[in-house]
Amino acid sequence: MTTVEQIRAGAARTRRWGWWYVAEERLRAMRGYSTSLIVTSFGNPLVYLFALGVGLATLVPAGIDGVTFLQFVAPALMMSTAVTVAAEESMYPVMMGFKWTKIFFGFHATPITPGQIVGGMVATVVIRVMATVAVFFGITVAFGATPVTTFVPMVVIATLTCLAVALPLIAYTATLTNDTGQLAMIQRFVIMPMFLFSATFFPLSQLPVYLQWIGWMSPLWHGSQTARVLSYGMDEPLWTSIAHIVVLGAFAVVGAIVAHRVFVRRLTV
Amino acid sequence: MSTPVIVANNVRKVFGDFVAVDDISFEVAPGESFGLLGPNGAGKSTTMKMVGAVSTRTSGELNILGLDPNTDGPAIRSRLGVVPQDDNLDNELRVRENLLAYGRFFGMSHKEVATRADELLEFAQLADRHDARVEPLSGGMKRRLTIARALMNNPKILLLDEPTTGLDPQARHILWDRLFRLKEQGTTLLLTTHYMDEAEQLCDRLIVVDKGRIMAEGSPADLIRTYSTREVVEVRYGSDKNAEVAPLISHLADRTEVLPDRILLYTDAGEATLARISELGHHPVTSLVRRSSLEDVFLRLTGRSLVE
Amino acid sequence: MSPIVVPRRRFGGLYAGNVRAVIERGLRATKSSNKWVVLSGFFEPVFYLLSLGIGLGSIIGSVQINGVDVSYGAYIAPALLAVSAMNGAIYDSTWNVFFKLNYGKIYQTMLTTSLGPVDVALGEISLALLRGAVYAMGFLVVMQVMGLVLSPLAILAIPAVILIAAGFASIGMAITSFMKTFQQMDWINLFLLPMFLFSATFYPITVYAAPIQGIVQALPLWHAVELIRGLTTGVFGWEILGHIAYFVVMFAIGIVFTSRRLRALFLG
Repeated sequence: MTTVEQIRAGAARTRRWGWWYVAEERLRAMRGYSTSLIVTSFGNPLVYLFALGVGLATLVPAGIDGVTFLQFVAPALMMSTAVTVAAEESMYPVMMGFKWTKIFFGFHATPITPGQIVGGMVATVVIRVMATVAVFFGITVAFGATPVTTFVPMVVIATLTCLAVALPLIAYTATLTNDTGQLAMIQRFVIMPMFLFSATFFPLSQLPVYLQWIGWMSPLWHGSQTARVLSYGMDEPLWTSIAHIVVLGAFAVVGAIVAHRVFVRRLTV
Repeated sequence: MSTPVIVANNVRKVFGDFVAVDDISFEVAPGESFGLLGPNGAGKSTTMKMVGAVSTRTSGELNILGLDPNTDGPAIRSRLGVVPQDDNLDNELRVRENLLAYGRFFGMSHKEVATRADELLEFAQLADRHDARVEPLSGGMKRRLTIARALMNNPKILLLDEPTTGLDPQARHILWDRLFRLKEQGTTLLLTTHYMDEAEQLCDRLIVVDKGRIMAEGSPADLIRTYSTREVVEVRYGSDKNAEVAPLISHLADRTEVLPDRILLYTDAGEATLARISELGHHPVTSLVRRSSLEDVFLRLTGRSLVE
Repeated sequence: MSPIVVPRRRFGGLYAGNVRAVIERGLRATKSSNKWVVLSGFFEPVFYLLSLGIGLGSIIGSVQINGVDVSYGAYIAPALLAVSAMNGAIYDSTWNVFFKLNYGKIYQTMLTTSLGPVDVALGEISLALLRGAVYAMGFLVVMQVMGLVLSPLAILAIPAVILIAAGFASIGMAITSFMKTFQQMDWINLFLLPMFLFSATFYPITVYAAPIQGIVQALPLWHAVELIRGLTTGVFGWEILGHIAYFVVMFAIGIVFTSRRLRALFLG
């Protein structure tokens, strides 16, 4: 008969690579959507940059913040794209895993741990956002809206922004045992206002003070401001830039801790 | 007897102030097919989750393949196959892909999972559906796919939670046949069910559980012998009259059970008992003489019908 | 014994003249669903208006329509109303119908009664229009409060929104009846986003070269935006009749196609 040591050794590979096996499963599932994912990741930046950076820009001939309107919106649009990916990958897939197909319970019946499932979700989000932002960046460069040298820092900040939104959303969605519209509400009352009130199209100072707080609390604003510093050297004190990164990191870390806790609770009761 | 693969000793699980599993003890030998029989809410699924190392027990000892699930969960799960009550297949993947992805969770290589998946698709009689979407498959096919998935890692123990609930009779028989083959190949089966015929078909040994407690333990035949008679006579006089007639004929049997819709008489000679009832002039509306079953054992142990 | 009245199925069994039953069921379902989710559709254009109308409006100032200067807020508000009518109608007639068709099985249940597929289709579209009209009234109030209603004709934007929504919903249902998977449904969104951004919603189409202008003017959203904008700003000419005609034709084509498809799907 197999000894206890052999059994323990048999689970060793999964102990190290379990998170990746989960990510592999998610990516495999994504293949069914690959065509529309590819079309969207090329189409969205083209459409947005053309409509806003070229079309709308004609109404803002003086530009904003000392740069053209296109240069002003492009880095923020890139961060918005990262947030869109975060929202897509962290709500319905989690609801699906716990409730609709219950596939997370299937994962957990194997040597995979709840923490590794969270890890796999995160890995999937990171892969998707990096690919999406890389395409976006390429098109932005083609529009002449950002220097090509900023590629690496831009992808890093986009990934961080994405995680700052994705992890809290994964944690929240995991607490839902039933979707009676909460996810649609998050989409409309959190994601949508975040997009509109995070200084994507105009500096936050253009809004009355009673609407500015939305920006300060929004990971997207912190991401966009940092992206502007990187992209065209937006003038901002160093401590503010550090604060942006700290806030984004805090969202991601707290989200990860809570998500892990909720996953353990839901999978091991 | 060789070392048991599952040892449960006074295992208890409490949710808040609800005791789901109340000091259950049992052992399962390698290659044995062991059943947990009981109504909904008896604690069967909770027991299965603790054995499957996805739920921690409140107290007691539990040992799976020599390991404690509270500390060695992932290691234990690497040697188990789990077929949950609801098929939790991945609707976003095709039939074969479900097996491939699942095999990877055990750390199997891409080549290994591919070979194993093809073998199991044959076994589950799904080879011609390998590239089909999961969602539109019939209930029986989904269940067979779930079983194939659970076998990807060549498990030592296969846990099946109500494997045939919700399936039509034909699908049940196909599934029983597949499970019987696994048993012949020496896989240890632990299954829950609330179907008597299933327990009689598949289980070498079983425990009857109700309200988190073990009510009886033994082989199906043993249990029937111990807790019931050889035959049972069922007579119906109409819902209003059953209770009235029962005392008048109860002396004809070893034991009588009055249910709302019928009276059960436990006896070793069914036809003779039925004849005596007629002689006494209590002609029933309908009558039936049958072999005693686990249902009768259950009724005897808990005083209530199993199928709610 | 009184004779049982068998409802006569007109149009070859497709229509039983009982749209009301479908609408009633829908209202009941709405009543028991999450109120905030139902209301949330109203907020989307309001958020856009607050963000772009105020934030961007303070930078842009005013935009010219036919030589008349209007504030940026007054320029985009009617466009947002038109977009909201489109989005609501498209959502209700595509995703909502797709789910009911493929998962909820509500239609199959309805069709085992004396209802015909056209009753179901008209009922669903009517519900979408009803909701769209309620949102439109709310949005007009917001516009009024923000001082963006420039003409008393703005009240006609409500029937205009209903007409626009009817056009989109009938086409949406016709398209949905061909869809089999989620992936295919995604393609609808891929088409909507560029239309949303390019149809004179946020800036005049005069920025485009003539051929691109032609393409935009062929799309339904441009007509919707121009129609509503004409009514709320009071700046319009005879071409407004063309916009109205566009949606009447669109609605008629959609209904004919939808009925044909439903016949093929359910009675084939």
